[in-house]
Amino acid sequence: MNRTQKVITENFNTYKVEQIDKYIENGGFQGLKNALEKGKDFIIDELNISGLRGRGGAAYPTGKKWNGGRQTHADVKYVLCNADEGEPATFKDRELLVKDPYKVLEGLAISGYTFGAKEGFIYIREEYEFLHDKIRKAIKLAEENGYLGKNILGTGFDFSIKVFSGAGAYVCGEGSALIESMEGKAGRPRMKPPRIGVAGYMGKPTQSNNVETLAIVATVLKMGAVNYAKYGTEKSIGTKMISLCGNVKKPGTYEIPFGMSLREIIYDIGGGIVGDKDIKFLQLGGVSGPLMPKKYIDTKYTYEDLEAEGFGIGSGAILVADETKSVIKFLESVSYFFFHESCGKCTPCREGKRQMKKLLDKMSKGTATTKDLKNIEKISRIMTDASFCGLGQTAATAMLTAIKYFSPELCSSIDEIKAL
Amino acid sequence: MVNLIIDNKEVQVPKGTTIIEAAKKIHIKIPSLCHHPDQTVKGNCRICLVENDWGGLVAACSTKVSEGMKIKTNTKFVRDTQKGVLELILANHNQDCLKCDRNGNCELQDLCERFNISNNSLDENIVEAHEIDDFNCSIVRDYSKCIKCGRCADVCRDVQNVDVLAATNRGAEYEFIPRFDRKLHETECVFCGQCIKVCPVGAIYEKSSIDKVLTAIDDEQLHVIVQIAPAVRVSVGELFNLEPGSITEGQIVSSLKRIGFEKVFDTNFTADLTIIEEGYELIDRITNGGKLPMITSCSPGWINYIEGHGEDLLEHLSTCKSPQQMFGAISKTYYAEKLGIHPSKIFTVSIMPCTAKKFEANREEMNSYGFPDVDAVLTTRELGRLIKSQGIDFANVEEEEFDAPFGIASGAGAIFGASGGVMEAALRSVYEILTKEELEKLEFEEVRGMHGIKEAAVNINGNEIKIAVVHGLGNAKKVMEEIRAGKSDYTFVEIMGCTGGCIGGGGQPIEKTRETKQKRMDALYTIDSDKEHRSSHKNPTIIKLYEEFLGEPNGHKAHVLLHTTYKGRKL
Repeated sequence: MNRTQKVITENFNTYKVEQIDKYIENGGFQGLKNALEKGKDFIIDELNISGLRGRGGAAYPTGKKWNGGRQTHADVKYVLCNADEGEPATFKDRELLVKDPYKVLEGLAISGYTFGAKEGFIYIREEYEFLHDKIRKAIKLAEENGYLGKNILGTGFDFSIKVFSGAGAYVCGEGSALIESMEGKAGRPRMKPPRIGVAGYMGKPTQSNNVETLAIVATVLKMGAVNYAKYGTEKSIGTKMISLCGNVKKPGTYEIPFGMSLREIIYDIGGGIVGDKDIKFLQLGGVSGPLMPKKYIDTKYTYEDLEAEGFGIGSGAILVADETKSVIKFLESVSYFFFHESCGKCTPCREGKRQMKKLLDKMSKGTATTKDLKNIEKISRIMTDASFCGLGQTAATAMLTAIKYFSPELCSSIDEIKAL
Repeated sequence: MVNLIIDNKEVQVPKGTTIIEAAKKIHIKIPSLCHHPDQTVKGNCRICLVENDWGGLVAACSTKVSEGMKIKTNTKFVRDTQKGVLELILANHNQDCLKCDRNGNCELQDLCERFNISNNSLDENIVEAHEIDDFNCSIVRDYSKCIKCGRCADVCRDVQNVDVLAATNRGAEYEFIPRFDRKLHETECVFCGQCIKVCPVGAIYEKSSIDKVLTAIDDEQLHVIVQIAPAVRVSVGELFNLEPGSITEGQIVSSLKRIGFEKVFDTNFTADLTIIEEGYELIDRITNGGKLPMITSCSPGWINYIEGHGEDLLEHLSTCKSPQQMFGAISKTYYAEKLGIHPSKIFTVSIMPCTAKKFEANREEMNSYGFPDVDAVLTTRELGRLIKSQGIDFANVEEEEFDAPFGIASGAGAIFGASGGVMEAALRSVYEILTKEELEKLEFEEVRGMHGIKEAAVNINGNEIKIAVVHGLGNAKKVMEEIRAGKSDYTFVEIMGCTGGCIGGGGQPIEKTRETKQKRMDALYTIDSDKEHRSSHKNPTIIKLYEEFLGEPNGHKAHVLLHTTYKGRKL
């Protein structure tokens, strides 16, 4: 039974970027109108009722974040839409930007209004270059129709949006590295505190939200938080965009209510496994997420159920690997990704990846020893505990979970153990 | 004040203090590598991680204390993580420690000892690094030892404003190299060597001339003489475990004699000569409407900087060669004539607190009638190494005096080694020459000390002369911008490339504490106050040198031998 929803995705395939009038006919900008009409307290209340948690991966309650942001005082403040969707296996933000760009811009405008910013940025990853002009066009049309620019909807609220292009670095998804990159510097994370909410772009308070989060804000303020909160479970409220990929028959972006089981997602929505093979493992939340062995397939897709088993929603990616896939090969590809994307600034991430690559290489060739396996676990823990930013802290997650759930397979390449 | 608990001990520190500083207060030494007390907090190396109230790790160098905070620096989790980070560094660090420039004086070695690293499981020691840069005469960068802490780039950018180094590439290829993957000599590097002084390991060091000097000494055809810069005598003792600021002139002379130098002379003598030339040049500029302010030219790091960053201001520079080069010029001419030795048979060595002096000695214009003024330059650190290599017990060796005639120097020459010294020495002479009166008080206190830009005014014959003393190239830039904007009313400006002047030079022993420079500086003023002659124009050998050989100060012969030219080196 396919239980996909059309809440956040309500406008998908209903208009093209040139057709802003169709977006408006669909009820577009109603969220912004409601926000401007009813004020900031109303917005925060609605966000709290909706239970919205940031959809970029960290899952921090948006109402709380925005309410905190409102209290920051500065002459100039900025808001930012983080469209540097770099998590491998994650592509749901791209779908939102392609199929409903106005909703994202609307969410960003609401964010600007709440935060007290006159200027917003949408930082789009370099690999989505095909989208840059499209978003610029959407911004221009929104301005021409009075939904962006000076004196929006006659309320006296001025708000403009600029498009920034990333330069192709995964670490720039991290807020402070993203801002370094916007300022023209190499994309490496900044020391915190201060957080970017206090001192971000050009040293000014900058509030950053993920694409999906902003789309949900616009949706919630249009339909009402109480209506949105009818979806999902008690603790994981609402719907979620997921990117389903790997060895499933129907990979793609779907909107689901929280609370479906992973089995339902994979078989009912994804159509099952290619070649009707068995599942070996999933990776949730993108390449920085844990490997989940098949035995957890009936876990409900909610924050609380996944966290209870040591997993997480993360970016909303669900990668499925069938029974024929090698865990070591998979880890090699994960490791290669992080080896390439580490900014190099801190020792655990830079040197940890260097050594992990060497050790994985030995595992793959079958020349690794038990000492190597111990070392790889030790390095993984140091990377997790000691790295400067989230990239290094999560780069070894897949490895650590592989050791937890698949050590027989990792060890099968080790001669000493084979001989036992 | 903030109250917190570190390792079960209560400690009270001012708001804004970092955990690492708070721990220091109760004598707990949290390991660190990228942290340097004179620099911005970087938080890169991650070896200072300690456990907070929630059992998570925080970087002690970058985390500020908060009320009621409970920190543990000694749990198994902390130790394992710190040691793990150290092992990761070592796994890609060239471990030829025994033949490393920093053997015995290396922060990484100290940590290995602390963590008993003998059983490093990752130790493969196959190092992936950028190729070594030893293509210039002053500074070697050995990337196989670099731990990527960024301290070199920090001092180059924030203190010296030279800013040739940057974090480049990402991932495992991350490194601090000159921008656009150039070699140092292809950049505007001024070779000041301040990067060496802050490097925690042996990844940057001076290019050594010790072998060249020893070969010359062994060559019976050569008459090998040596000069010692003012700042060397108050710092080299540190390499032999003497207190910073110990005055070791006698030990240095004695040691060098034993090594086999024919004559041991004092650069302070040509510091006096510089004062005469520079003083008369200043008088000439004041009276004949020359370019003012006149800026001193003794510091080769500074000269490299202005040639690279201020081509338009070169006319402000005094045309005087530095004392090192003046000594070289005199050694190959006056001295050669006196001894009846052909200049090609004289090998002149100088011992300098400076890495840029090696670059200066190699400049093509630094020659006298075609003979290089100076043949080899050793830094203070190399002097220490040279003496050690000869088995000399430096601290206890009997003291000897400099050789005549270039051993007689005034106190004014000695203070050249400290920021403000050249200015003070010049004022002593210029004042007395112009007013024909004796100064009542020879000390110009305003120009002493560690303040970055020092100012003073002197009344000479009813004219108020405004002067400035600047050290550190970051400060030099500020003054250059003022001059450029026409906002500067100084007549005379002293600029030294390194913080503190030569006592903080890039060739000096690595400072172990922040007070070290001040102690060296104080010692120079002690040497000055103990001298018989305290003004350069009263040095009897200088007077004789002009009578017998040079003629008029700032005259034709002096210009041929003792003055130089400059050109832009903007790349």
